[in-house]
Amino acid sequence: MRMLHTIALIVENRPGVLIRIAGLFSRRGFNIDSLTVGATDNPDYSRMTITVDGDDVVLEQVSKQLNKLVNVIRVSELHPDESVERELAMIKVAARKEDRSEIMQIVSVFRAKIIDVSPRSLIIEVTGSQDKVEAMVRLLRQFGIKEMARTGKVSMVRGTRVVGP
Amino acid sequence: MGKMSGAEAILECLKLEGVEIIFGLPGGVLLPLYDAIYDSDIRHILVRHEQAAAHAADGYARATGRVGVCLATSGPGATNLVTGIATAYMDSVPMVAMTGQVPTNLIGKDAFQEADITGITMPVTKHSYLVKDAKDIPRIFREAFYIARTGRPGPVLIDLPRDVTVNELDFKYPEINLPGYNPNLKVHNLQIKRAAAALMEADRPVLYVGGGVKYSDGHRELVELAEKIKAPVTTTLMGIGCFPEDHPLSLGMLGMHGTTYANYAVQEADAILAVGARFDDRVTGKIASFAPQAKIIHVDVDPAEIGKNVRVDIPVVGDAKSALAELAKAVEEKPWSPWNDKVAGWKNDHPLGYRKDGGTIKPQAVLETICKLCPDAVIVTEVGQNQMWAAQFFTHKDPKRFISSGGLGTMGYGFPAAIGAKLGCPDAEVFDIAGDGSFQMNIQELATAVINDVAVKVIVLNNGVLGMVRQWQDLFFDKRFSNTTLTRVPDFVKVAEAYGALGLRAEKPSEVEGVLKKAIDSERPTVVDVIISPDEKVSPMVPAGASLSEILELEA
Repeated sequence: MRMLHTIALIVENRPGVLIRIAGLFSRRGFNIDSLTVGATDNPDYSRMTITVDGDDVVLEQVSKQLNKLVNVIRVSELHPDESVERELAMIKVAARKEDRSEIMQIVSVFRAKIIDVSPRSLIIEVTGSQDKVEAMVRLLRQFGIKEMARTGKVSMVRGTRVVGP
Repeated sequence: MGKMSGAEAILECLKLEGVEIIFGLPGGVLLPLYDAIYDSDIRHILVRHEQAAAHAADGYARATGRVGVCLATSGPGATNLVTGIATAYMDSVPMVAMTGQVPTNLIGKDAFQEADITGITMPVTKHSYLVKDAKDIPRIFREAFYIARTGRPGPVLIDLPRDVTVNELDFKYPEINLPGYNPNLKVHNLQIKRAAAALMEADRPVLYVGGGVKYSDGHRELVELAEKIKAPVTTTLMGIGCFPEDHPLSLGMLGMHGTTYANYAVQEADAILAVGARFDDRVTGKIASFAPQAKIIHVDVDPAEIGKNVRVDIPVVGDAKSALAELAKAVEEKPWSPWNDKVAGWKNDHPLGYRKDGGTIKPQAVLETICKLCPDAVIVTEVGQNQMWAAQFFTHKDPKRFISSGGLGTMGYGFPAAIGAKLGCPDAEVFDIAGDGSFQMNIQELATAVINDVAVKVIVLNNGVLGMVRQWQDLFFDKRFSNTTLTRVPDFVKVAEAYGALGLRAEKPSEVEGVLKKAIDSERPTVVDVIISPDEKVSPMVPAGASLSEILELEA
């Protein structure tokens, strides 16, 4: 059974940092489910959100090994009950005339958006929890998904606690 | 300090870090740096192969406790360092490895002698830098030395593109600012209390110590703690010398080729205090049945080691020396116990030994003779049977006087490491305990030793085979000796003489002591070819994957 954990990392914004982290996962045999990187409010630091597949022992080793990297400033596990999680996906779906209204209904139910329209396809933008994105993908599959781009999960602790540099 | 070139700045940094000696070999992109070295006070030892530069820096570091420094050119020079860097990484040796690199504008263009050495070494360095701007040199060097020697020590690589060594900068040695690097040295009081209580409650305690005690200089505190609670002490290969082996509480080494009594004691213990050791597979045997009755207390400066291989009951993160000192304070004096008697009984019943009859030279006896003639010698080893005999049959008492590639098990390590150790400790008698296989992997360094007057004594336990692998073939592969026979080529005495070293040979047991005395009296690098039987074995032995209690005592 898969056991997914979400880790937020604050890392120095320098060349080579991503490869150090990715290399650590590969050589220690840890499994990454998803990884996102982006800027923080401070240009010297970036934030990564990594979803790790493994039990508590693996998670502990992952955190400790990440902490040893000189460019990693902070490692924090984000518990799903205590944090908000979002993922964005763009889905290019085949849209024949007779299917269009049904697709648009699904989009509206999911509070997603149509961001590109062409004679035979639509691009849908959906934001939400991974479950929501998955559900949307499942429903759209019947029409024919031509292409999909997902950002992977970003996550933030609720309330006043801050994961920052 | 004013303007200077990158190369001059590098040498200024080395001076500020107290570096007295570097090991290296030049190349095209290093010309500006070597030109600056020409005028420098720092001693440069020119090796014959870059791998030896890394091993020599490593041996120097282990013998002196200072940061070892090596230097190689871009491309093949840099890749030749890799084995030495990996060796240092596995054994947590403080080292700064500098490599030349093609000019920054050619990086990524597959230029002549270009190799992505920071990429190649990422898994085997504590940290690494590619210097892109000369003005970063002072900061990077300061950080590199700091990272290499603090916390859990390790190698740090600095890759130096040619233009960076030529460009000018305003030299200023900055303060260290590494927000992501905070070695956790201070031990937690509560954890010390819990550990001390567990040790006091235990009826059958064992202290299991590794290289961490060596690097933290905690051997005196270890003796104090062990004596206070009368706990037997076993060391890993890396921990050899941290506890005097002639001490009544000493169990010698544990693990695959450890003593029978150390392994029995660990398996019977009800509490194990592991200090600066990492529960390596060669130590634990079958992990599921390791120390089945013991509560495990683990002290390590690297939190990631705690809980990595075994479940730990009481973790203590911090410096080994301070933890041992605090523990020695926190425990109360205990009397000699039935447990001590039981361990003494095992020691008596299962001593390390070997068959003394027959007309061939026994390698174990060679080590015992060296120990008798030169008890304070620095013993550096190659890897294989020679290494295990050196661990077993020399009575080690000083943590900085046993130097061996434990984690990586690098054949070819011993001779260049011995050169480094001798340069670091010129007054010590330094032996490289070698096999004919290992010695040939860096035999070209005889030139380095001769030219620089480094009088190391290489004792080649020459069995004409790759002995450790052959031992396994003998025991587990039906004596099918596939590719382990080296057929006693070359003649090591002639090789030594060809390089200008002294070559000696012992073929009969009666010759050993005399020849060793000659070697000790020699003021030149000396190679002693000691002819032993290919059937000599390292005993006792825990077969791979077996539990420590299944240790075999072999006919040896």
